[in-house]
Amino acid sequence: MGNSVKKDEMKNVEIMIGRVLQIGVYISAFVIIVGILLWVFKGTGYNSDLLPKDFGTIWSGVLGLRAYAVVMFGIFLLILTPVLRVIVSIYAFAKENDRMYVWITTLVLVILIFGMVIGYAGK
Amino acid sequence: MENVANQLILLLVVGLLAGIFGAILGIGGGIIITPVLTVMMGLDIKYAIGASIISVIATSSGATIAYLRDEMLNLRVAMFLEIATTIGAIIGAIMTSFFHPTILFVLFGSFLLFSCWNMWRKLRGTGSDEVSTKNDALANKLKLNGSYHDQVLNKDVDYSVENVPGGFAMMFGAGLASGLLGIGSGVFKVTAMDTIMKMPLKPSSATSNLMMGVTAAASAMVYFFNGSIRADIAGPLALGILFGATIGSRVMQRLHPRVIRMIFIPVLLYMGLQMVLKGFGVNI
Repeated sequence: MGNSVKKDEMKNVEIMIGRVLQIGVYISAFVIIVGILLWVFKGTGYNSDLLPKDFGTIWSGVLGLRAYAVVMFGIFLLILTPVLRVIVSIYAFAKENDRMYVWITTLVLVILIFGMVIGYAGK
Repeated sequence: MENVANQLILLLVVGLLAGIFGAILGIGGGIIITPVLTVMMGLDIKYAIGASIISVIATSSGATIAYLRDEMLNLRVAMFLEIATTIGAIIGAIMTSFFHPTILFVLFGSFLLFSCWNMWRKLRGTGSDEVSTKNDALANKLKLNGSYHDQVLNKDVDYSVENVPGGFAMMFGAGLASGLLGIGSGVFKVTAMDTIMKMPLKPSSATSNLMMGVTAAASAMVYFFNGSIRADIAGPLALGILFGATIGSRVMQRLHPRVIRMIFIPVLLYMGLQMVLKGFGVNI
């Protein structure tokens, strides 16, 4: 009996994470598709030696609908989907009153952000 | 124009295959992508690694959606072990600047070959793929035991998890390898869960898929901002993989665990040999 209640709780957690993740994946796939279509019909939008790779140029490229920047933006969104998954898991475990796993998952998020900061600083 | 279209189609197809394969086995699919990009398309290894990291994330996110819906993966096992993989990945990434990976290639490669032999024994053994129901105190405390629905056997399978410290240590190694060598290291993750922690192969593969994306996200940021990611390569690949992973996660549930093991063993063998040889300076 106690086991099946626990199973239902877990099911809710999983459905919720699945839905958020799905939205994230669809949005990033959509942005990449738009970028590739622009590419096929209009070219990359850049000279080959001036490809955008930092926030500023990618963002202005997205606003100007330049293909390469739009695809980069889509890839960036895709990189964020696992992070999103961890954040939603914290919320979901909190909702199920599973304090131990709220802490465990928060620890994973902190390590992940720490890694990203190190990576960004040390590039 | 025609050139662009050809490249686009090639990348979409390669991505599709890598996605299917990666989702079934719980690995990143880098073993398909890296050789195609470097050998067939003549791409610099730097961009191949960048594309491979994006592929790991695409496989992970694409497959996880289906596996979550079908209750195939074990979220608590994933989150708990991710502490080890993410710390390992960061340490590995830092170590790359002052550590020569040769000895690690040999070490990790040998371990893969050893696992390959273990899996082979499991495949041939009489009581192969027997589900563990052992009462492990630490696994109980961490609520790691789980159940999944097996479509082939047409029943819910309850399973227990054993040897949590061993699995945790192995996951740290998997993270280390991933940060140091730029690989998805799904092969290590599946082995840690299946061989060390005695989880059934299907939830092991599904859980590895979930974990890979999180481990890869941290290093992907580094690659994104240091210019290793080329949108014209990684973009179409990622699209193909997202579709492929969705298909793969459907196919896997209809496969018999024995069949998955039979596909997995040559992959282990190939990767193990490749890493050992790389350690001795031979590239294949």
